[in-house]
Amino acid sequence: MILAFFNWEVIISTTQLLTTDGIPLKQSLKKAERKNKIRAFFLVFPLLLFIFVTFVMPIGDMLLRSVDDAQINTVFPKTFEEYNKWDREKDKLPPEEVYRTLFEELATGEKIQIGRALTRMNYSKSGWKSLIKKTSREIKKMTRKGMVPESYKETLIEINKDWGDPTFWYSMAQMVNKQTPIYYWNAIDRTYDQNQNVIMQDEKRRIYVQTWLKTLKVSVYVTFFCLILGFPVAHLLANLPLRYSNLLMIFVLLPFWTSLLVRTTAWIVMLQQKGVINGVLVWLGILSDDGRLQMVYNETGTLIAMTQILLPFMILPLYSVMKVIPKSHMRAAQNLGAKPAMAFWRVYLPQTIPGMSAGGLLVFVLAIGYFITPELVGGKDGKLIGSWIAFHLKTTLNWGLCAALGAILLAVMLVFYWLYNKIVGIDNIKLG
Amino acid sequence: MNSESEKSFVKFEKIDKSYDGEVLVVKNLNLDIAKGEFVTMLGPSGSGKTTTLMMLAGFETPTNGEIFLDGMPISKIPPYEREIGMVFQNYALFPHMTVQENLAFPLEVRKLSKGETKEKVQKALDMVELGDFGTRFPAQLSGGQQQRVALARALVFEPRLVLMDEPLGALDKNLREQMQYEIKHIHDRIGITVVYVTHDQSEALTMSNRIAVFNDGVVQQLSTPDILYEKPENSFVAQFIGENNRMSGTIKSMENNYCSVELENGAGTVKALKVNVGGVGEKTQLSVRPERVSLGSDGNGENLFTGKVEELIYLGDHIRVRLDVCGNNEFIVKVPNEGSFNYNEGDSIKLNWNSDDIRALDPVN
Repeated sequence: MILAFFNWEVIISTTQLLTTDGIPLKQSLKKAERKNKIRAFFLVFPLLLFIFVTFVMPIGDMLLRSVDDAQINTVFPKTFEEYNKWDREKDKLPPEEVYRTLFEELATGEKIQIGRALTRMNYSKSGWKSLIKKTSREIKKMTRKGMVPESYKETLIEINKDWGDPTFWYSMAQMVNKQTPIYYWNAIDRTYDQNQNVIMQDEKRRIYVQTWLKTLKVSVYVTFFCLILGFPVAHLLANLPLRYSNLLMIFVLLPFWTSLLVRTTAWIVMLQQKGVINGVLVWLGILSDDGRLQMVYNETGTLIAMTQILLPFMILPLYSVMKVIPKSHMRAAQNLGAKPAMAFWRVYLPQTIPGMSAGGLLVFVLAIGYFITPELVGGKDGKLIGSWIAFHLKTTLNWGLCAALGAILLAVMLVFYWLYNKIVGIDNIKLG
Repeated sequence: MNSESEKSFVKFEKIDKSYDGEVLVVKNLNLDIAKGEFVTMLGPSGSGKTTTLMMLAGFETPTNGEIFLDGMPISKIPPYEREIGMVFQNYALFPHMTVQENLAFPLEVRKLSKGETKEKVQKALDMVELGDFGTRFPAQLSGGQQQRVALARALVFEPRLVLMDEPLGALDKNLREQMQYEIKHIHDRIGITVVYVTHDQSEALTMSNRIAVFNDGVVQQLSTPDILYEKPENSFVAQFIGENNRMSGTIKSMENNYCSVELENGAGTVKALKVNVGGVGEKTQLSVRPERVSLGSDGNGENLFTGKVEELIYLGDHIRVRLDVCGNNEFIVKVPNEGSFNYNEGDSIKLNWNSDDIRALDPVN
């Protein structure tokens, strides 16, 4: 019986798997589809390449750079090798060999490479830069004269007594690996103490944690205000007759056609103390002349300008969702006995969740990395993390810290994305 | 409740409705619907039937006149207090709620207890034979099942009457016919008053106690299905309900209930039932149903004509014969397929009809 069944199945499967010409069906199908697949691949290939070069590679590079510590290892390879042999329990200072290799590597090293390494060394302990610069000068003098020290250790300490300070030597432990977490610790106001424990930065140097919190706070507020302001507009857009809704849509889209810089500076004109809004309020007698409100160059200005600029990103997804909610739903809810407010709350609002979440995510993600507007209208108080990234990128050239800040920003976004997916479900997103 | 409000449970009194102040969508509507009746508003699109329904539901306000429900004027009562159930054209099921939650919605807003709600929801679902589908979402149901859920939702809170706005329009033909019977049976079983809107005449004929035929904002005729089909009072109704053969002519003479009509282009004289005509010398349109014409015999000698068979269409149970009669080559006759019909296209054929079966109606411009 089993055998008979088995045979029957074999017959069926073999007959099913052949085409009329006797070629296996799957093979024939593959052949027929291959051409289409190749064509499809070539059609998307330019885009794939573009995304790879302009998106995947920079992000990968940034992630690598945020932990990269290779450059300094190419400048002081032998010193670090000897340094690792140092037993701190036994000797207070590193052995003679460490001083000798350092002396030689400073004497022979390329100036530019050493310069770059010094910048890195100063991140771990300030003072390294000047110490080595002074020392190098002396070493150069000595080598020019052809002098070879008897004891490298004593000579160096003679040149600068800091060479006898073990805390400098302790901080070198942070540099000997080719990867380092130091930028990440710096990005959240942490540093190392002399025993290489992670500790908080000095009080006056703590800036990032509060900036991170402020960035999150501003992003949440901006998202919230966009939702509050955008929801009624989107509703109106979706329900007005076409003639009026087209006009309204132009007003919504107008900001997209205006330069971001122009809009931001327009806000400065509007909000400053001698600006339009204050002027009108004083003229109306609501404010006294010396009671003018400080609305720009602080967090308030950042909030106002960013809300206005990001509003369309909330309105458009909301609109596209509201547009397809049949009007009969509100009628049906009322017909079933729900008052208009109840009908809205129980029937309309839940159906707009895909739009609210799409708009919310979009605005939040844009806000958290926003740069130009907070930089211009934020003043000292309204600066967000993006401004610091730009500052380190352009001014201090501390690219490791930039990369770490950027990577944290990316991680925060991914966490929010993950949370969003858990709570709302990514399938629920609707962008249009 | 007195017998007056039994008879006119729903009463439209002198209702006018205009959206723009220029065109009347509904003109002087007077309509009484008795308790437990199934009344259909039938008409082409734009005839005002849906507007009338929406006024009853409370989503539109009459421009003039008053609607009474159970003797009470309801124009000022908002839709959510009218206790009128409604099945919408595209069902309007809430997509984010399960079937159970959809049905529980009207009960929850009425603050019924959890237990009672659950019981009523299950009862309503069982009534439409969807007892096991409660936890599904509307998108997981077929069109017919969604339709039944919409029906159950409109009935679950025991409304005073139920309105249905082309509820079967989105279904395919077989399902539509099946649902027609189901709705009719549910109506028979629970005896609720139903006001039904459709543009499909066969749907109206199948389901209704009475049909109001709408055209151009005016009720053309309000009758039971059989009267509407057999005794249409004007050309619009005759044309809109079922098939008919139309002939135009001028009235030559009138006696008792009959009139004699001379057909256009001198094709002959017809004796017809006088229904909706002016005086002698006025134009009229004659209407005779295709199944009331007999072929190949002299009958009683009245209205005897000769025609030419233009086309034969075999339809199984009957044969549709298209004839050229009295200069009208769209003249249709239905012959039951009993095996004795043996004419071919091009043959001449004798035909006649009873003068009681041809109705002289208002002329069509």
